[in-house]
Amino acid sequence: MNKITVKNITVTRGEAGLVNGANVSVGDGEFAVLLGPNGAGKTSLLRAALGLLPVDSGETFLNEKPIGAIDVTERAKMVSYLPQTRALAWPVSVRDVVALGRFAHGAPLGKLPERDAKAVDDAIAKCGLERFANRSTATLSGGELARVHFARAFAANTPLMVADEPVAALDPLHQHQVLRLMRGYVDNGGGVLCVLHDIGLAAQYADRLIWMMDGKIVADGSVDETLTSERMAEIYGVNAVIQKQSGKCTIHIDGPA
Amino acid sequence: MIIASLSRWLMPLLIGLALLSLLAASFLGATPLSFDRILAAIFGVGLPGDQIVIWEIRLPRALCAFVVGAALGVSGAALQGLLRNPLAEPGVLGVTVTASLGATFALYYGVTAYAPVALPLFAIAGAMAATGLLAFAALRTSSIVTLILVGVGISSFSAAVMALLMNLAPNPFSLSDMINWMLGSVANRSFDDLILSAPFLIAGLAILWFSRRGLSALILGEEGASAVGLNLNRQRLLVVIGAGLATGGAVALAGAIGFVGIVAPHLVRPLVGHDPGRSLLPSGLLAGVILVLADIGVRLLPTSTELKLGVAASLIGAPVFVWIAVQRRSIHE
Repeated sequence: MNKITVKNITVTRGEAGLVNGANVSVGDGEFAVLLGPNGAGKTSLLRAALGLLPVDSGETFLNEKPIGAIDVTERAKMVSYLPQTRALAWPVSVRDVVALGRFAHGAPLGKLPERDAKAVDDAIAKCGLERFANRSTATLSGGELARVHFARAFAANTPLMVADEPVAALDPLHQHQVLRLMRGYVDNGGGVLCVLHDIGLAAQYADRLIWMMDGKIVADGSVDETLTSERMAEIYGVNAVIQKQSGKCTIHIDGPA
Repeated sequence: MIIASLSRWLMPLLIGLALLSLLAASFLGATPLSFDRILAAIFGVGLPGDQIVIWEIRLPRALCAFVVGAALGVSGAALQGLLRNPLAEPGVLGVTVTASLGATFALYYGVTAYAPVALPLFAIAGAMAATGLLAFAALRTSSIVTLILVGVGISSFSAAVMALLMNLAPNPFSLSDMINWMLGSVANRSFDDLILSAPFLIAGLAILWFSRRGLSALILGEEGASAVGLNLNRQRLLVVIGAGLATGGAVALAGAIGFVGIVAPHLVRPLVGHDPGRSLLPSGLLAGVILVLADIGVRLLPTSTELKLGVAASLIGAPVFVWIAVQRRSIHE
């Protein structure tokens, strides 16, 4: 059982509290989506969960081991992470970016061992990037680049994945394609903790919604339990009409509450 | 097409060029020698006079130029990878000036008279002070522009201290010593000079070579690189120490020579898929070739006083630097 657990984490920067006593645990076979308005502390929570952000109090565990005690290479073999920033420092090829997903396995760019090359090819094929594989990333659109990063996380073949707005800037078709890939990954036993801004997509694909506001987790449960008009008003300050019918959920947002 | 075949044959091509340039440097000089006399001298069966010309004058000088170029080229490529900026280079960031300041201190206070190894040690201490300060600044700011400005500040400060030392120079001889150091040259270098710096150069280049995979990971930016499993602090430390040792060793050998660490990686990058990790070795070889050729150039130029190698490198390199900077702006903004 692979599991990432955040226990009572508080992160402050100067005067501002970013995360305030958050508790979360996500494991194999779970698709958990973190929801909340801008500035709720979602990104900080993800980064703290991975040990990339110093915390004021509380602790993160990866498979019951404190994250600080795990070598970064070992961590990268257990959790892949898709940060929000997608800009690349150099205009390298698509294949090289995807190949960086195998970094923790010791693969040097340009001459990947067979096993790593296969993982890279698989990820490129799964994300429908074959056409782009040898192109320079400088020639890609923002949405295409987002898929390249997703393929990079996929190539790592980790049991867990943490993603910060992986479908932002994607067109509807590619949003669904990426979320389907993530769903398939979870159905094959992976665990996902992911930030989304589209509640409809979250409701459609996730098993579990974690609602955040002002650095606190205010609700955590299944879509059925936690997605209500009252919660939408409380968290986002909007008037939302939510209809649930035979497993399908439609949300219509009228405007500010 | 041309780029594809060039990148396939890049390493053999550069190694061939390196050998050719070293050979050319042994052929050219004040004493004209015929081809067979030079070959005989190179293989140790020539006339005693020829042997001295080749083994004690021309080859040490050419090898010094090559090694200095290689050290600066690899350091430049590594710093560019770490700071994710094509304009980062030991010269631009003030590392070479600070290293020559260290070397000047050693000469000025006569430390080198007690132990010759003080020269590379002081130069390396200077180089590491500068790279360390840069890495510290890099921790505090994510802005590359800020970092380059910090480098400009380091460079100006070291130049100011150097000017102070010159101002206070006790006699014209030490003044001219210091000026020679600042201008950068490989004239009259011997194998002994090379051997003195060699351990530091080798250690620095080995450390940078060891850090190359981390430089590739930094393509993703710092957060992305740590996401795929790079230990950022260790990577910074490796590049700072490696570039400090290599640049310090190069400065101890030849004084301050700028811009070659920018030009060579810039030419190499498109041929290695823009991967900073893969650019290290070819950048080093190309920078070595460039300096050997530039040194042949200053030897052959019919000037009354020989042009210093560092001066020639800056005369060519500075305009290229401006050109790269202007191009970059048009692409990214």
